[in-house]
Amino acid sequence: MKIRSHFARYRLAVAAATLLFAAATSTQADPLQDIGKLIRQGQQTQALEQADRYLANNPKDAQVRFLKGIALTELNRSTDAIAMFQKLTEDYPELPEPYNNLAVIYAQQKQYEKAKAALEMAIRTHPSYATAHENLGDIYARLASQAYDKALQLDSANSSAQNKLAMIRELMTGTNRTGNKPTAAKPVETKVAEAKPADVKPVETKPAETKPAIVATAPVATPATTPATAPITTPVASAKPEPAKASNESTASGQDDVAKVVNQWAAAWARKDVRGYLAVYAKDFKTPNGLARNKWEAERRSRIDKPGTISVKLDGMKINIDGDKATARFRQSYEAGAFKATAGKALDMVRRDGKWQIQQERVGG
Amino acid sequence: MARIRLITGLLVGFIAIAAAYALQSDRGQNLFGHAKTKTAGERPTLISGFSDSGPEPALARVFEHIEQNRLNDAMEQTDALLRAYPNFRLAYLVKGDLLLARGRPLTRFGEGGGSAAEGKVADLRDEAAARLKGYRTKPDANFVPRYLLQLQPEQKHAIVVDTEKSRLYLYQNNDGTPQFVADYYITQGKLGAEKFREGDKKTPIGVYHVTANLPRQKLTDFYGSGAFPINYPNEWDKRQGRNGHGIWLHGTPSDTFSRPPRASDGCVVLTNQDLDSLSKNLQVGLTPVIISRQIEWLSLDDWQSERKELLGMIDEWRQDWESRDTQRYARHYSKRFDADGQSYASWVEQKRRVNEAKSWIKVETTNMSMFRNPGREEYVVVTFQQDYQSNNLSSQMLKRQYWVKEEGHWKIVHEGAA
Repeated sequence: MKIRSHFARYRLAVAAATLLFAAATSTQADPLQDIGKLIRQGQQTQALEQADRYLANNPKDAQVRFLKGIALTELNRSTDAIAMFQKLTEDYPELPEPYNNLAVIYAQQKQYEKAKAALEMAIRTHPSYATAHENLGDIYARLASQAYDKALQLDSANSSAQNKLAMIRELMTGTNRTGNKPTAAKPVETKVAEAKPADVKPVETKPAETKPAIVATAPVATPATTPATAPITTPVASAKPEPAKASNESTASGQDDVAKVVNQWAAAWARKDVRGYLAVYAKDFKTPNGLARNKWEAERRSRIDKPGTISVKLDGMKINIDGDKATARFRQSYEAGAFKATAGKALDMVRRDGKWQIQQERVGG
Repeated sequence: MARIRLITGLLVGFIAIAAAYALQSDRGQNLFGHAKTKTAGERPTLISGFSDSGPEPALARVFEHIEQNRLNDAMEQTDALLRAYPNFRLAYLVKGDLLLARGRPLTRFGEGGGSAAEGKVADLRDEAAARLKGYRTKPDANFVPRYLLQLQPEQKHAIVVDTEKSRLYLYQNNDGTPQFVADYYITQGKLGAEKFREGDKKTPIGVYHVTANLPRQKLTDFYGSGAFPINYPNEWDKRQGRNGHGIWLHGTPSDTFSRPPRASDGCVVLTNQDLDSLSKNLQVGLTPVIISRQIEWLSLDDWQSERKELLGMIDEWRQDWESRDTQRYARHYSKRFDADGQSYASWVEQKRRVNEAKSWIKVETTNMSMFRNPGREEYVVVTFQQDYQSNNLSSQMLKRQYWVKEEGHWKIVHEGAA
């Protein structure tokens, strides 16, 4: 499990998830790892036994309950798995993973409306959660397919059954949530990118287990679930080493230039000027998870295009310049509709033709 | 983006419907005055329980939501429609489109249906167009279908069908004046209207009436909740050489809420719930069923003067018969009058001999109904109770006459017991 290592690296201001971390950071990492390993090895019964043994003493442990849910799913004990994930959503409504997995099981049972509702909850808790978005896209396509079948008396049931939604294998509390799948997680099922109703063909098979650790995109933040606490930031795992040490060579005017671009970027975002917003990103911008540029742009566009006002405020900006490279760090307060999030963010910038552009975007830096 | 393109896609259909309607208005047939100026806000607001008014109000709201880019509202309304009308295929298609549009851009109605189902998608598009058009062009209270010249007191209701609009209009007899009650979406023959031959898959155009009531128990599921045969081919049709049989008003099989606008073998098909509510008003042997391509509407004033003229003409015929003046009497009959195989001349000669033997004739007509044929052929079907008395004979009968316009004058081309 990668989870532990991230804790050391990032300062956590997580209130709601404290419980989970307490469990994960204490001495209980080993049973977790063991259970995870057993699941990956296909020894679900043993994994279940270990989980039950552990839960006998730590009945509240979210991580182990989550893994137990996965083992139950693997054993086709859908009802038990649903109950397990359902309870997790009730105890930790801020976690998207249990919702997602609940949806996957519902989808397996062809209860698409329920799957849809669960995924919408996952996305409500984490608007930028890519796996849930993709799964929801699949659910919409299946619901559409069902509707067309009823409208036109087609029978595409067989072909649509080929698609499987992506189950999330680890509870990535406090770490990246935008990733398609967590590091080293082994997908059981092949995820098909897009389903065409009435004519369903697998368009693209996701490569399993190829992605290294993940770089996040904005906005990655956990909405506050506990009242009267400070905004909660979700730190994000980064594959990149920390940026080069702060440079002393930077000039004041250079800093102003970078700050100006960053502020323009935030302003374009806030006024939903997608074009202006995207224009700040360099051609070789490292999209999260190596997403295709056009897909990433489409995702950003649809997110920003949503009805309602967006507010983006940047505080405490610190800029380090090293030649044609710069890093801007700041605290970002993002509000869209009822959703609020504050996160530390770092933009790695590059200067080309005298213009500063964003090359990489990191959260929690 | 997807959302915006879906709208354009559906808007094409939407505008086409509106344009078709506007065209009709421009042709000087803006008889649904309120419909032309009617906007979304003025339309009757019916909330969730729209059981009485059919699916059109909700369907129209779905399209309005789509037009105004409120796709979540459109989805909600579509789901409500499907709860109220299970098996409503058109609503399922819209639902499919709304769902598909969340994932990718749509450019046309029913896009996700796939190429194999293009014909079925086209059918549903036609149904949407027909239903919306029907909904947006309700008859004006001050206009009546020209064909309903006179209902006799026992005829409580009359049916007028507009095949081009896929619509059936129910009128009630309000002391002789037809008053609009309700209208329903209908399916006509696969190959349209103007039936001529057995098996031509067309719906007849003409003046008919309900001849029987076949309950659900006596029918297969195909006919849904019941069937009401009509008297196609009528006397006029037979004279024109039209044949075929078994033209019914009937319901819909249980696997679908409704059928496309053109799908039957010539029957007029209603949804089961519409047939059920209609059937309460149908009287076997009495209720007229007038099937037109496109209803001609008359203002109440024009309708009054047209029927007065025709009633006057029939009374002239009655008086001329009483006058025993064969020449005056015979001028009301067409040269093509079928007098039991006799030529017109020998028929007139026979009448002359009969009249000469009489010292007096008294004719009374009561319970008269009068319906104009909606087709290209200009004729009027007149049915009445005839009480004939003379010095040497008296008789009572229910008589039916077909009056046809020849060179500007109405002439009887057929008469006989109804």
